[in-house]
Amino acid sequence: MSGAMRIAGKGRLVPARRVGFTFDGQAMQALCGDTLASALLANGVHLTGRSFKYHRPRGILSAGPEEPNALLDVSRGGNTHTPNVRAPVQEVFDGLVARSQNRWPSLTFDLGAINNFLSPLFPAGFYYKTFMWPKAAWTRFYEPVIRAAAGLGVAPKEPDPDRYANRYIHCDVLVIGAGLAGLLAAQAAAEAGADVILCDEQPAVGGALWHEIDTRIDGEEGFEWAQATAQALSGRDNVRVLTRTTAFSYQAQNMVALVERVSEHVAAPARDQPRERLWQVRAKQVIVATGAIERPMVFSGNDRPGVLLASAARTYLNHFGVAVGANVGVYTANDSAYAAAFDLADAGINILAIIDFRDEVNEGLRELAAQRGIDVLCGHCVTGTAGSLRISGMRARPRSGGPERKWKIDALITSSGWTPSVHLYSQSRGKVVWDAATQRFLPGPPVQDMVTIGACNGTDEAAALADEAMAAGKAAARLARAAHDGASSDTPSQSRPDLTVQTSRAGALLGAGSREVLKGGKAFVDFQNDVTAKDIELAVREGMRSIEHIKRFTTTGMATDQGKTSNLHGLAIAAEMLDRPIPEVGLTTFRHPYTPVSFGALVNHGRGPLFDPTRRTAMHLAHEQQGAEFEDVGQWKRPWYYPQAGEDMAAAVNRECRTVREVAGLFDASTLGKIEVVGPDAAKFLDLVYTNGWDKLSPGRCKYGIMLREDGFIFDDGVVGRIANDRFHVTTTTGGAPRVLHHMEDYLQTEYPDLRVWLTSTTDQWAVIAVQGPKARDIIAPFVEGIDISAEAMPHMSVREGQVCGVAARLFRVSFTGETGFEVNVPADYGKSVWDMLWTRARALGACCYGTETMHVLRAEKGYIIVGQDTDGTVTPGDAGLGWAVAKKKTDFVGIRGLKRPDLVADGRKQLVGLHSRDGRTVLEEGAQIVADPHQSVPMTMIGHVTSAYWSENCGGPIALALVENGRQRIGETLYVPMAEEVLAVEVTETVFFDRAGERING
Amino acid sequence: MVDGMTPAPRDGVINEHRFAIPGLDITPLPPAFRVSLRAGPDDVGALSQALDVGLPVAPKSSAIGKSGRQALWLGPDEWLIIDAEADPMIDLEKAKAVHSAVDISHRNVALAISGRRARATLEAGCPQDLAERAFPVAACSRTVLGKIEVVLLREGPERFRLECWRSFADYAWTFLSEAALAARP
Repeated sequence: MSGAMRIAGKGRLVPARRVGFTFDGQAMQALCGDTLASALLANGVHLTGRSFKYHRPRGILSAGPEEPNALLDVSRGGNTHTPNVRAPVQEVFDGLVARSQNRWPSLTFDLGAINNFLSPLFPAGFYYKTFMWPKAAWTRFYEPVIRAAAGLGVAPKEPDPDRYANRYIHCDVLVIGAGLAGLLAAQAAAEAGADVILCDEQPAVGGALWHEIDTRIDGEEGFEWAQATAQALSGRDNVRVLTRTTAFSYQAQNMVALVERVSEHVAAPARDQPRERLWQVRAKQVIVATGAIERPMVFSGNDRPGVLLASAARTYLNHFGVAVGANVGVYTANDSAYAAAFDLADAGINILAIIDFRDEVNEGLRELAAQRGIDVLCGHCVTGTAGSLRISGMRARPRSGGPERKWKIDALITSSGWTPSVHLYSQSRGKVVWDAATQRFLPGPPVQDMVTIGACNGTDEAAALADEAMAAGKAAARLARAAHDGASSDTPSQSRPDLTVQTSRAGALLGAGSREVLKGGKAFVDFQNDVTAKDIELAVREGMRSIEHIKRFTTTGMATDQGKTSNLHGLAIAAEMLDRPIPEVGLTTFRHPYTPVSFGALVNHGRGPLFDPTRRTAMHLAHEQQGAEFEDVGQWKRPWYYPQAGEDMAAAVNRECRTVREVAGLFDASTLGKIEVVGPDAAKFLDLVYTNGWDKLSPGRCKYGIMLREDGFIFDDGVVGRIANDRFHVTTTTGGAPRVLHHMEDYLQTEYPDLRVWLTSTTDQWAVIAVQGPKARDIIAPFVEGIDISAEAMPHMSVREGQVCGVAARLFRVSFTGETGFEVNVPADYGKSVWDMLWTRARALGACCYGTETMHVLRAEKGYIIVGQDTDGTVTPGDAGLGWAVAKKKTDFVGIRGLKRPDLVADGRKQLVGLHSRDGRTVLEEGAQIVADPHQSVPMTMIGHVTSAYWSENCGGPIALALVENGRQRIGETLYVPMAEEVLAVEVTETVFFDRAGERING
Repeated sequence: MVDGMTPAPRDGVINEHRFAIPGLDITPLPPAFRVSLRAGPDDVGALSQALDVGLPVAPKSSAIGKSGRQALWLGPDEWLIIDAEADPMIDLEKAKAVHSAVDISHRNVALAISGRRARATLEAGCPQDLAERAFPVAACSRTVLGKIEVVLLREGPERFRLECWRSFADYAWTFLSEAALAARP
């Protein structure tokens, strides 16, 4: 059996195609095509979970994505699971494991249900009133308890093993919703030649035709017509039909995000099959045909398992062949519930009574009810229900008063009317308009290139809906084609299909209708957040006037279903209490996403190695072969240090530091940003973006340059080589490369557009090998051709073009160590082989490879700053001791006015100085604060902080750089660095610790 | 250089990579000469002559010269010149017109993406409209693929050339081979 409630001969599923699943550990049978909701109902299960706040037993309310109650935890039986899956959305597959949520120890016996009896203690807004004092209780008691109680379901802890995909796509016309209106619109647009995407959140197209079996189109049953139409559309080259695909976010310029559930319904997805695919659609025209969602009635005890929307009961019967009960009551203010009642009665289900809130009902419906022997009680209201884990009875009486009647039932279907699904229209920034005649909000004028059609546009009558849809499809195609062809052609008119529709959706009730109705107990408005009609009344009594306040006070509409079934009831109750018309109380804005979307779909490919690009230099493999440890610098992997056998980091760095100064070292400097500045005005441009002058620099020479922001603070620095009169080779810091290029390009385009100069990033063009140390020249000499590298011919700060290792190279004589130094720039594909050749010789001469840590120490020994470490965006060249690099005679450069601001020329600025630990052994902590008086009470006056601190093997002790108020005047003074354990005394020194005379660099 | 020493050999970053599944091939392309050429509108004629390929001025278009030299429009004053055989820098050195020519032969790495799933694979990470109507054969664009910048050139209805910076080649490769598995035409 695929469930006791399955009715033979009903529904569209194939009885022979069975699948097995479990619910709370119990094995059950379902049919292929079942949703979790229909499968549970087929097995007679209505109770699916406990409510959020009161832990009340809850069951399946709907047959669609609007489901507020039936949220289950679903897995494939492995380690990972997905919480809060809507049972009517999840299709059953063989082996699916479903669990109920928010209950302990079991679904039928839940200790949390005590909240239901304590409910007078938890009115709306109890949060704001209860957890006010004592303050200390927040961290120890309130917060842990609230955290434990908050939310439904349990988030998975394991990494998500699934694959997710992304697809950007452009189309002429995107049609959202494949009901009657959407299909006709898509068809019309496709026939007019447009590229069409038609999406629908359900596994099959049809929309309301899933349950409205009394609609016939061109002589066919509506659902069948829909499938055939979709199939024909899919066969066209210009149409893509996406089912199981929810349009969840309508953004600016007709960008609509869809999520396609690719393998959520598959028992054994192929290894490469994504779980979900995000479609980011850019459509020239959008047609929103999202239909309408039925609202339940508001009455006491309306949340018991077994109370369903009338249309849901009809879907379960007509599509899934499942009866929601054997003895069913009906409570309605809308005609469509009658159609549901008749379908159920015709399937042999006992309909005990139709309680109609309205005073009168269409004579035709009365007659059809009479034919089936169904009692119709107009002008009546349901005053209460019985049952705990499942509804067992209902009570009703005339609205005007009078005796109550009782019925024994096992299901109650309700309808208070249909709410047009204006969510996407609202997301597109459209403003809805209240239609008093039909008591609903409808889309107003479009704000983007879009149109709403069908039920979501309030078009009820079938022929009008068809005409509207076809006209919209044709118009959208015409507009879209005009956008790309500049012309539009008329296409033959399509004829409207022959339509007969019997289901009427006339009639609506918003709110409970009468406050009398609510006396019998809790009447729920928002099922997911457990908000009752009384909570909304309380909010109004507490002084809330706007729906925005009422919403936040009561949390109505703030659950993951965003109040799809509840918003209008809440609004109507508030409006009635306030005695103001509904539109004056206002409707809240619909937010993205329309329904919950997994993080996996949003992140899609961007995880693991694709989370962020990892950049490796051309010599990466050589570093790996030499056993380097790597450091992440921005997106780059840089060699950090090269430990030899038995060495820890400190030992390796000390050895590298010593070797570079005693012999030489090889360093991979490829990651430094490189920008080629070319054009007749290149020098003029550099004069404007750097603080120093470039005009007089002759080709073949280099200069250290500082770049400021407009405010006068250091932005970046680097060495620039002049290759030719009109060509400069600019280097930037590793992390600064992209922003320096943007900064320069920005000024070039906006401030100096008249200059004939262009910027090209060459960071990746060149592999850069720094060879530093007394033997640097010895190492490279045998490999260099065409360049005289003698100290006389090629002094410090020069650049030559020639051949290194037989490869065209730019050879720089520069140093970031204070030693004799060369930087060999070769085209990147030669980087590894040139490195290998240089290394073979370097090793033979006793040199080493060194990494970024040694580079940091060596440059600090020389007092060379690192922008971003020794500067923080508030440091001027003067502060950093680099005032010499600011040209005094220039009349303009970026930052020149900033440098003259009173604060930047005032006394008492923090200046870069060196620090020497008095104890001669303690390495300071970078970031540690500096004080003048260690005995001052807390809070102490902090006069600076440590920016760089290392053990210097070459100096035989710790060294540090620091920014200190009036630092240069304090040289020789003792200051203090208070740490958690002790207060360290430091002497203020010059920034240069090693080779103060600076002779080695010219060797 | 010391006599008898062999010059340093050339390596690539992904030249050993191969990826093929039904409907899709991703192949690293051999090295080529590449120049980033910048110039104002008045100098387009002279530079075209120097290069022996007409520099395209229509946005997102490319041209190919008799020798096979390609010129890709990347912006109103910017072209990417690609030549598998001869170095365009040499031709540009002779040009008198004001311009900037920068050798980026090693900065970029190229891949060929071909097959019936090529477009869908690229569309996993490229937000541009790659339908043939909007991006016909010979169309080109500097755009993005996932989180990196790329230059895309359509060489055939189902064949694209993708150029990216050398250090992003690994990302491009990983992205394409990952996206390919989920791509449906």
